Amino acid sequence: MKSSLIRCEDLSFGYDARRVVGDLNFSINQGDYLAIVGENGSGKTTLLKGLLNLIKPLSGQVIMGQGLEYKNIGYLPQQSQVQRGFPASVKEVVLSGCLNRTAFIPRYSKQDRRRAKNQMERMGILKLSQSSYRDLSGGQQQRVLLARALCAADRMMIMDEPASGLDPLVSHELYALIRELNKEDNMTIIIVSHDIHCVLRDASHVLHLKGEQLFYGSREDYIDSEYSHYLLAGHTECVVAEN
Amino acid sequence: MPNFIVDFFKYDFLIRALLVGLTVSLSASLLGVSLVLKRYSMIGDGLSHVGFGSLAIATALGASPMIVTLPVVILAAFLLLRISESGKIRGDAAIAMISTGSMAAGVLFISVTSGVNTDIYNYMFGSILSMSESDVVLSLILSAIVLTLYSLFYHKIFAVTFDENFARATGVNAGAYNSLLAVLSAVTIVLGMRIMGALLISSLIIFPALTAMRLMKSFRSVTLTAAIISGLCFLIGLFSSYALALPTGATIVCVNILAFILFSAISFLKSNLTGKSVKQQP
Repeated sequence: MKSSLIRCEDLSFGYDARRVVGDLNFSINQGDYLAIVGENGSGKTTLLKGLLNLIKPLSGQVIMGQGLEYKNIGYLPQQSQVQRGFPASVKEVVLSGCLNRTAFIPRYSKQDRRRAKNQMERMGILKLSQSSYRDLSGGQQQRVLLARALCAADRMMIMDEPASGLDPLVSHELYALIRELNKEDNMTIIIVSHDIHCVLRDASHVLHLKGEQLFYGSREDYIDSEYSHYLLAGHTECVVAEN
Repeated sequence: MPNFIVDFFKYDFLIRALLVGLTVSLSASLLGVSLVLKRYSMIGDGLSHVGFGSLAIATALGASPMIVTLPVVILAAFLLLRISESGKIRGDAAIAMISTGSMAAGVLFISVTSGVNTDIYNYMFGSILSMSESDVVLSLILSAIVLTLYSLFYHKIFAVTFDENFARATGVNAGAYNSLLAVLSAVTIVLGMRIMGALLISSLIIFPALTAMRLMKSFRSVTLTAAIISGLCFLIGLFSSYALALPTGATIVCVNILAFILFSAISFLKSNLTGKSVKQQP
C-alpha cells in the first residue's frame, strides 16, 4: 500500500486528559482537499492543533509519509486569533512565514525576500507591502495571512475557518484562491469550514466530527450519506449563529 | 552648553545614573513593544514589586542588593509566565497576588529589622544616589547582553509576538522565546528599579512602546522609535530633575507622559486632516 501524506490511527486529542475528539482513523494524500465539518465543540479546531503539533495526542499517532515535514506545512488561523490592531507592515508579516527556513539566529536571505514578494504578488497585496496590517480590511488581512502561510508551506495548508467574519463576496474570493492552490499547485488542503460551497463544490474528501469520527470519505459518498443533512439543513443555523 | 549640564558631569553619581539609566531605558523600550503587544504589560509591574520585596530583604540582611534580587525576580518572571499560560488562575489576578504579596513581605521585613523609612521611600520611588561602581559595571554588562540577544533574535521575537500559534506551528520554539522575553524583562527591571523606583520602573517598559504605536506603522519602526523616545525622555527627565531639584524617577515618567500626549495629538490631527481613520473598523 502506498504510504499516505498523513495517516491517523486511533488518534485522540484533548486537554488535561479530558478527551475532546477521538477514534480518528483517516488518511490524506497529496493533492487532497479535505473539509472538516461538525458542530461547534465537535473537536475540529482541536484536531487541527493536533495535526500542527501544537498539542500532543492523548492516544494514537499522526504518521507523516512521503517525506512530509512540519516545515512543508502552512497554517491559516482563525482570523480572530490574530491581533487586528497589530503595528506591523504587510511585508514584515509575510516575511515571518519564511522563518522556518532560517538558521538558529534568524536572518532573511534574498531568496526569502523574493519568495515573500512572489506570494504577495499572487495574493494581490504587493502594493500594500508597506501598509500597516492594522489599517487593512478583514479580507486584505486574511490575504496577508494566506501569503505568510504560503511562504511557510509548499505542500500542505491547514486552515481554520478562514472565511469567518468576512463578507460573502470576499469569502467567495478567498475560496477561489484556495481552490486555485489546490488545483494548480497540487497543494494539499485541510480546512475547517462552515461554508456549504467550500465543502460541496471544492472538497475532495469530507471528515465529519462530533467528538469522534462520524464520517470520513469522498465528497460524493458524503453527499449520499445521512450525515450530509448536517450541512444542508444546518447551514441556515450557522449563518444565524455567526451573525 | 548650559552651565547646569556642565556642572552635572562633575558628579560621579550622576554620570553613573546617566549610564545605567540610558542603557536600561533602551532595553526596557525594546522589550516593552513585545510585552505590550502580547498583553504582558502587567508582568513588568508585577516583577518590579517582587523586586521591591527582595531588595528590602537583601538590604535588611546586609547582602548585595543586585545579586539577591536578580535571581529572585527572574524566578518570579518564569512563575508569572507559567501561570499566565496555564490559565488555571487568570493571569492578571495571579500578578496582582504575587506583586502585593511580595510588597507586603518587603515592608514587613524592613519594619521588623531596620525600620528606616528613607529606605522604603528610595526603593519605591528610586534614587540616583543608589548606584555603586560595581552596580554600574554589572548594569552595563547585563544591558549589553539584553540588547544583543534582542537584536539577534529580533525576527523570531516578532513572529512570537504577532502570532504565537503560527510561529509554533512552523517550528519556532515559542515557549523558549517567551522565557527569553521574561528573563530579559526581569533583568531590565532589576537594573532600572534602583533609579526609577519599584513603583515607577514599569512605565519605562510601557510608555515608549505605546507612544511609538500612536504613529508608527511597522514593527521595526515602532521598535526603533520606542528606543529613541525612551532614551530622549530619560535624558530630558534626568537633566530637568537635576536642574529643578525634582525626584528623578517621577520626572522621567512625566516626560514620557508628555511624549505620549504629543504623539497622540499628532496621530489625532493626522487622521482628521487626511480624513480617514488610522484604524479601520473590521
